[in-house]
Amino acid sequence: MKLRIGAIADPGTSVVNLTGGWRTEIPRITPELCIRCFNCVIYCPESAVKYSDKEGIYFDYDYCKGCGICSNECSGHAIYMEMEEK
Amino acid sequence: MQVVEGSYAIAHAVKRCRPDVISAYPITPQTHIVEDLAQFVADGELECEFVPVDSEHSAMSVALGASAVGARAYSASTSQGLALMWEVLYNVSGMRLPVVMTAVNRAMSAPLSIWNDQQDTIGARDSGWIQIYVEDIQEAHDAMIQGYKIAESKDVMLPLMVCADGFILTHTYEPVVLAEQIEVDDFLPPYEPEYFLSVDNPLSFGCFAEPDKYMEFRYMQHEAMDRARIKIKEVADEFGKAFGRYYGGLIEGYNLDGAEIVLLTFGSIIGTIKEVVDREKNVGILKIRSYRPFPLVEIRDALKDAKVVAVIEKDFSAGFEGALFTDVKAALYNHINDLKMLGFVVGLGGRDVRADDILEIIKRSKSAMDGGITDEWQFIGLRGELL
Repeated sequence: MKLRIGAIADPGTSVVNLTGGWRTEIPRITPELCIRCFNCVIYCPESAVKYSDKEGIYFDYDYCKGCGICSNECSGHAIYMEMEEK
Repeated sequence: MQVVEGSYAIAHAVKRCRPDVISAYPITPQTHIVEDLAQFVADGELECEFVPVDSEHSAMSVALGASAVGARAYSASTSQGLALMWEVLYNVSGMRLPVVMTAVNRAMSAPLSIWNDQQDTIGARDSGWIQIYVEDIQEAHDAMIQGYKIAESKDVMLPLMVCADGFILTHTYEPVVLAEQIEVDDFLPPYEPEYFLSVDNPLSFGCFAEPDKYMEFRYMQHEAMDRARIKIKEVADEFGKAFGRYYGGLIEGYNLDGAEIVLLTFGSIIGTIKEVVDREKNVGILKIRSYRPFPLVEIRDALKDAKVVAVIEKDFSAGFEGALFTDVKAALYNHINDLKMLGFVVGLGGRDVRADDILEIIKRSKSAMDGGITDEWQFIGLRGELL
């Protein structure tokens, strides 16, 4: 994506502006401990916690800011935060 | 040619540029400019949205919004008012909006002073605005017209402030050639931006940039400033052809041929200095017209045969020295190393700068040239009996 002067952007394009760069800690999950309560999906302020039948709970690291709310709300203590190397 | 007040000449030039939106808050010594413009609008001489606001912060915010929808926007302020515009100045330049303003130069409080020096615009030096300093009323008038052409140029798209000394230029009367509408219309095309806010084609200006992109936006501003260096010169030439008046591009030399001592400065003080230099041998003047972008190469070239350069300015960076002095030294370092450089602070808070002060500066410069010891940076005209 080439940048346009003045940080001028078309509407509906926040999706191409990846905001995961804020993160210092990254959420990880131990799938065996997940009880499918979906607290993480509900509480994530960035809608960056996803679920599929095949993969279970997973994270969209393009937008996850590493706030740790998912980990904090996780009733099964399945989600934990790790320092992220960059 | 008519004898008019400086503020009127500036307001007249702005009127001829056909601004769509003017937004300003009155503050001495800028007041007459916006009063005259308000009068033009009230009298139907200027078709324009004149927006009275509650503060300078709002004034510049209105100019920002107006410019973003594709309007030609104008504002004017000074000193504390300019300081109150501070964060908006950076937003205007960051969004690459070619707002043009008159920054009337006045001292900063405290102590409270309404009189002239250049501390206010020096403070705004790094805000991403082009800064053009003017010497007399005619040049202030002409710089407004040039200003829009430079700022709105497709390869520049940066805001521009014309810095004019308060009272000395705004409240004095001089014979001025006031531009005719047809002349300005021929010179300055309507503003047609590539990007503008509209309900039919929505955009967002000044979006959020994470650390992985912010630097690139800033770098693009830097590149635009580089291109403005060329544009300022081109527009000065075009203006010279169209109107028959030329003040130099980024700099202007006066009696530089064979000058051993060069007095380097900007603003209205040059009038006084010219009077003095005319009676001196081997003393020339280098006027800085464009302070940002800074004319690095031009200064190096103009000073290559000089023995002493004395930088004279009405501002300083507390804890260091005059801002212009620092910049000139930085521009010459690694390029001209056998030049003696002296910095002089004069005229803070409206103190008159007299011919005797300039003679004293020349005397100290001569002494430095002859190997005498003198301070590298000093105040001229300090009243020792009060200290």
